[in-house]
Amino acid sequence: MGGILTILILSPLLGVIVLSLMPANHSSVKMIGVFGTVLPLIVTIGVFSLYDRTLSGIQFMESYQWFELMTAISPNEPYPVTYDLGITGLSLLFLMLSALITFLASLAALRIQEGVKGFYMLFLLLEFGILGVFSSENLFLFFLFFEVTLVAMFLLIGKWGGFEREKAAFSFLVYNGIGSILLLIVIIVLFVEFRTMNISELTSLLQESASYEFLSGNTRMWLFLLLLLGFGTKLPIVPLHTWMVRVHIEAPIAVVMIHAGVLLKIGAYGLIRFGAGFFPEQLKETAVILAILGVINLLYGAFIALVQTELRAVLAYSSISHMGIVIIGVASFNTAGLQGAVFQTISHGLIAALLFLLVGVIVDRFQTTKLADLGGVASQTPLFAGFFLAAGLASLGLPGMSGFISEFLAFLGLFEAMPVIGSVGVIGLILTAVYMLRAVLAVTFGERKPQFDKQKDLSAVELVSSAILLSLIIWIGVYPAVLSNTLQMARTLGIGG
Amino acid sequence: MEINQLLDYQWSSMMPEFTILLTAVALSLVDLFMPKKRNRSVIIWFALSGIAVAIVFLIFQFDDGVVTILNQTYRLDSFAKAFKLLMLIGTGLVLLLGIKTNDLDEVKGEYPYLLLTGLLGGMMMASSADLITLFVGLELLSLSSYILVGIRKKNKLANEAAFKYIVNGGIATAITLFGMSYLFGLTGETNIYEIQALMGSDIVTENRYIAVFAFLMIFVGLAFKITAAPFHMWAPDVYQGAETPITAYLSVVSKIAGFAIMLRLIMVPFVFAPGTGKVITPDGVSYETLLVSVRPYLVLLAVLTILIGNLIALKQVNAKRLFAYSSIAHAGYLLVPLAALSELVFDAVWFYLAAYLLMNLGAFAVIDALGEENNEVTVASFAGLFKRSPYVTIAMTIYLLSLAGIPLTAGFIGKFEIFMSALGTEPKRFILALTMLAGTVLSYIYYFGLFVQMYFRKAEVKTPVLASNRLVAVLTITAAGTVLLGIFPSIALTFIHDHFQFLEIFNP
Repeated sequence: MGGILTILILSPLLGVIVLSLMPANHSSVKMIGVFGTVLPLIVTIGVFSLYDRTLSGIQFMESYQWFELMTAISPNEPYPVTYDLGITGLSLLFLMLSALITFLASLAALRIQEGVKGFYMLFLLLEFGILGVFSSENLFLFFLFFEVTLVAMFLLIGKWGGFEREKAAFSFLVYNGIGSILLLIVIIVLFVEFRTMNISELTSLLQESASYEFLSGNTRMWLFLLLLLGFGTKLPIVPLHTWMVRVHIEAPIAVVMIHAGVLLKIGAYGLIRFGAGFFPEQLKETAVILAILGVINLLYGAFIALVQTELRAVLAYSSISHMGIVIIGVASFNTAGLQGAVFQTISHGLIAALLFLLVGVIVDRFQTTKLADLGGVASQTPLFAGFFLAAGLASLGLPGMSGFISEFLAFLGLFEAMPVIGSVGVIGLILTAVYMLRAVLAVTFGERKPQFDKQKDLSAVELVSSAILLSLIIWIGVYPAVLSNTLQMARTLGIGG
Repeated sequence: MEINQLLDYQWSSMMPEFTILLTAVALSLVDLFMPKKRNRSVIIWFALSGIAVAIVFLIFQFDDGVVTILNQTYRLDSFAKAFKLLMLIGTGLVLLLGIKTNDLDEVKGEYPYLLLTGLLGGMMMASSADLITLFVGLELLSLSSYILVGIRKKNKLANEAAFKYIVNGGIATAITLFGMSYLFGLTGETNIYEIQALMGSDIVTENRYIAVFAFLMIFVGLAFKITAAPFHMWAPDVYQGAETPITAYLSVVSKIAGFAIMLRLIMVPFVFAPGTGKVITPDGVSYETLLVSVRPYLVLLAVLTILIGNLIALKQVNAKRLFAYSSIAHAGYLLVPLAALSELVFDAVWFYLAAYLLMNLGAFAVIDALGEENNEVTVASFAGLFKRSPYVTIAMTIYLLSLAGIPLTAGFIGKFEIFMSALGTEPKRFILALTMLAGTVLSYIYYFGLFVQMYFRKAEVKTPVLASNRLVAVLTITAAGTVLLGIFPSIALTFIHDHFQFLEIFNP
């Protein structure tokens, strides 16, 4: 199946092209927009079913020479830039997550009233970038697609966001711009030393001891720290998180679903794939610091979430707190921990998407996300309240749901490596339960505000979307092997194990 | 000189220059004898065809080796050809853009042929191997530019700009000439290849501080030309006061010529010159090369240029001033390979200049189009542009993305090479790379700020921008070129590699 990944990446662009040819006020713009995300979802499912779980290594490889950079001094030693695609189990899981959440988010975006055509075009462009990031087997391509998401997100937040949308867009742009260029510096240093940007080639080259002649341990540590800073901004690691809270609060709901559900995960993906893959020694050396950072993330996010008066802010800080668990998992650097980190990214992706889907419903029905203004919606909209409660429970890590498995694994890893830090971190889990239940209860129970009478419960589309996400969350919680079977490759990549 | 010797020279190597010269002379005569009432736009087309012919001649020269004529003062090597190609294309696009029709009464026909004489000066700067001819070329370009800036003689801003430009430019060329005089004093030669050969001699080694002084003087003088900080002060005022196509010409063609002369004057005479620091080798004590000694200054200049350009651009309201500072920042990026003394220096600078030519000219073309309806084009003049003229906006988006260095555009590939040049040398120039990082992120703010205007804000006027056919042509060429070089950079990369051996520059 050559070329299937190229087809996958390009598939959202079909929607962009069709949309660009349509008049802006055409009645079927929204439908085309949604169909534009269905196509990649179908291709992703195809890739998923064709993926051979018994093999290790990279599958669906595509590799072409793109161009060569040459120097006048030594023209016979060119620097080749190639176009390499390929996926491992790790990237496959992220691809599935991205395609699914983008599809559901495109449904949530049906509520958008103004500039629908432009919105869906950028939305599909964003999906193009995301799918590209997770299919790249080459750092040059990875960076390229990463920047595509940057531009698309900037425009999506700045045009369709809330009151302070432009500030949020610039905040997003600057932080992520710094992150991506730090990444570019690392890419270029590796490129000029090894004359390749292929990820698996670099992974094996860097692990040969002979390569230390090219890149001393000291330089490696610098590169690792640059990577950590770059992806740490994306993840985000406290104190690099302010932009992310702004985006959570200001961006349109459909975009936040993608942002919290997928884009933040690029940070985790990069940290695991490149941080741990390229510089395992350096990761081990800094593991304690990383674990402490993770615990700080976990506790800081939880404490701040506890006092927020705005539902979207609660969820933003909850995301920070949950990303702390990812960092903890990576820092423990053993099989359980790394698996926990990956599980947590997937699980949080699904849960965050579900939560924001439901926040979208709240915004639509009640026009506010202030906790004080909400309340008592359970009696009017029981279905909504039920799903919201379930999502909250999943987020706080109720056994039987995906959050529990991932937190359990991550902490298992951490306790194995650093028991003291682990025991401090566990406090965060209790706090999660407190702030999550506080927020959920404030919305669903309590006194009902009179202006909320006669509100409609979940529509069919909303119901189906929520049900899909919730059933996946429960499925992973009950039968986590669905993830670990695919993921096995992560270990054969040379990480953990 | 014998007449036979004169006839023996391979004059065909100067064909592009002759073409431009002839066109300029012919146009000035046509302009003189043409009835006053006649429309002058035919002159622009005539000038354009002259440039096209010159490009054709240049293409026929591509695979010739090094040719020197006129007692080795004039030299046709790959370096010269590569830079002349850029200058010809740049001037052609500026001519195509034309000048605003309502100003034509005032401007008359001198506009096209002054562009051509400036271009001729630039081509001489790229092609000379002698301090005298280099200086003549520099002056020819400068004088043409001074007149071009002040061409709207009844406009106050234009007069101010021209005055500032002539004073600053005069000082700069004087400083360069002063530095050159030291080179002559040290070696008794004006031919830069002779100077190169004599630079290793004992007398120079004894007076190596004078060589360093000469270098710094020449460099400072040329830094004016390429708008490197802290010698950039003139640029914003001049860019603002000049007619927009002329601003585009100054920021592109004049800057390319500046980099051409700078690279040749730095690389050729000084490449083997002794520096100030001592190096202890097994054979005894020797001196590091001059370029290594002065590198800290080059690095400082690059860092300052990038930071000052980008930081001041953040606060600009006038679009032309914004792009003036942005072009200062880009000059800073272009100094990075030089400051890193990277082996990529020729390739990186040439490619970035090619990308810069396309994206910057395109951006100025859009500003020019907006200038038809606004006396002063500000950032707010871009408001709601997408609703008004989607195609112009998409072209502008491409230029801005490229200027910001976002992938799939020529600007990104160029910036990538420059990053490579900073990080590919030993020891790695992390300071330069991190400065570029800071500069790039700062530039995101003002380039994306224009996106905010174009896409998010509402326009006061609803009518589309007046887009003449020529403007559409310029926009199409530059936007398509920017994307094409971004997606298939190998077009340019293999082209320069197949035809140009930049190292020829070092061979006498």
